[in-house]
Amino acid sequence: MNDNVVALPDEHKFQARIDAEEKIEPKDWMPEGYRKNLIRQMSQHAHSEVVGEQPEGNWITRAPSLERKAILLAKVQDEAGHGLYLYSAAETLGATRDEMIEALHEGKAKYASIFNYPSLTWADIGAIGWLVDSAAIVNQVSLQNTSYGPYARAMIRICKEESFHQRQGYHIMMTLMDGSDEQKAMAQDAINRWWWPAMMMFGPHDGESAHSAQSMKWKIKRRSNDDLRQQWVDQAVQQAHAIGLEVPDDDLTWNEERGHYDFGPIDWDEFNRVIAGDGPCNRQRLAHHKKAHDDGAWVREAMSAYDAKRRAKSSAA
Amino acid sequence: MTDSALIAKFAVRQGDDALVLGHRLSEWTSRSPFLEEDLALTNVALDFVGRARMFYQYAATLTGGDANEDTFAYTRDAREFSNLLICELPRGDFAFTICRQYLYDAFALPFMQALMKSSDQQLAAIAAKAEKETKYHVRRDTDWMLRLGDGTEESQGRMQKALDDLWGYTGELFDVDDVDRALIAEGIVPDVSLLRDQWLETVSDTIARANLELPQADWKAAGGRDGIHTESLGFLLAELQSVQRAYPGLKW
Repeated sequence: MNDNVVALPDEHKFQARIDAEEKIEPKDWMPEGYRKNLIRQMSQHAHSEVVGEQPEGNWITRAPSLERKAILLAKVQDEAGHGLYLYSAAETLGATRDEMIEALHEGKAKYASIFNYPSLTWADIGAIGWLVDSAAIVNQVSLQNTSYGPYARAMIRICKEESFHQRQGYHIMMTLMDGSDEQKAMAQDAINRWWWPAMMMFGPHDGESAHSAQSMKWKIKRRSNDDLRQQWVDQAVQQAHAIGLEVPDDDLTWNEERGHYDFGPIDWDEFNRVIAGDGPCNRQRLAHHKKAHDDGAWVREAMSAYDAKRRAKSSAA
Repeated sequence: MTDSALIAKFAVRQGDDALVLGHRLSEWTSRSPFLEEDLALTNVALDFVGRARMFYQYAATLTGGDANEDTFAYTRDAREFSNLLICELPRGDFAFTICRQYLYDAFALPFMQALMKSSDQQLAAIAAKAEKETKYHVRRDTDWMLRLGDGTEESQGRMQKALDDLWGYTGELFDVDDVDRALIAEGIVPDVSLLRDQWLETVSDTIARANLELPQADWKAAGGRDGIHTESLGFLLAELQSVQRAYPGLKW
């Protein structure tokens, strides 16, 4: 039965496989739109991991204890590793890493908009780990069931590590809230600045999301933006309150009937501005990534030259 | 000085070497030539920070009182830091980072192997862990020495310049002072001056295989163990210690 489905490459049969919860693998037939949509989403995800190294890397050299420094190094190293799995998974669809990086540098490929905000104090490292990584986990857990096999498997690996990241971020916030007045103020300032950008990580409302409907049908996406956002709000609010942090939303109230928190309106103008490239750090983030890439060009060239010499020697021998 | 004070001093020196070099490596995070290397450099930085912690923790138990690993890392000024100068030099380009790392790790391997035989069990245990990591570091560094030395004209030029710039800082690796002499006499630490020939042989071999020339310079910079540093260390510490210095005595 399955062999027949694979042997008849048309969208109808493809959709039937998706509906039957079969995983699509690299060599299987797939609609061009499915492939493109996945490359867009997976490369965006990979770029997010890599660009995300910047705001966190910004505090590695200034981490306030050696234990925190070691944990942060391990965390940022994990993020780089996630970037690698995701680029590799995207490469199974025929996109090369060079092409993906070029698309990033040309502004054609996006990365998570949250990383266009600056990490200004040590508490921001707590807030990023706690809020940003927990938002990422909520999204990524739902992607463990995504229809494309290599992506789903990458998500399973990544989620395991992200839950450690989230805990370390929350632990930083707990420690600060257990500390001096200055430390508490630092923690509150961090949640004030990161809360709304984290809310925006789930993307536009379902009706306004450019890629959502088709992605849901293909099961690239498994749950809606609003649904994921609500789950995240419900957990993050309780975590904030548990350590004495205020959530910077005057409209936040528990809705007994829905069994969820109601929250205030998201500033979509800001969201669109940052996505369009005009956030506080967009230019620096891209310039930083480009500079590292350009500065490393001679290293990559030397590697290729060295490999070519080795090959020439071994074929001459 | 009592034995435990001498051992604490030795452990702090080792901790300083590892912390300062780890700091320089960690400056590469998000700035490496490609993603795999970003991961690798961050990982090696983590090894060195971990090594610093082990040495500082041991020094703290020997010193007693309220001292802990962070006391050593965060509350001393540049004049009190006793790392070797080669560890603190600014990170430079990728060629400089690789050459520095190779020259240091090629020393650290026989050094840690010798320290594993220390009559002090704690030092021997720390050395055993460091030795495992160092074996991997040396393999990695050597691969890069060969690739970049025997890569393109540009990479070869950068590597030769890095080697020439670093060479005068390698002499200090093999210096022995009164603290060392007292500990060497008791079999607690190895005599680094005896490791120089072996190091030079290994390094010369790699340099030749990498199509590079062994620097013939006769200059030598030293002073790190006595807190006489290059001007760059003050800035490194200003950054590393900034939060602790702004908010002293808090838990993070």
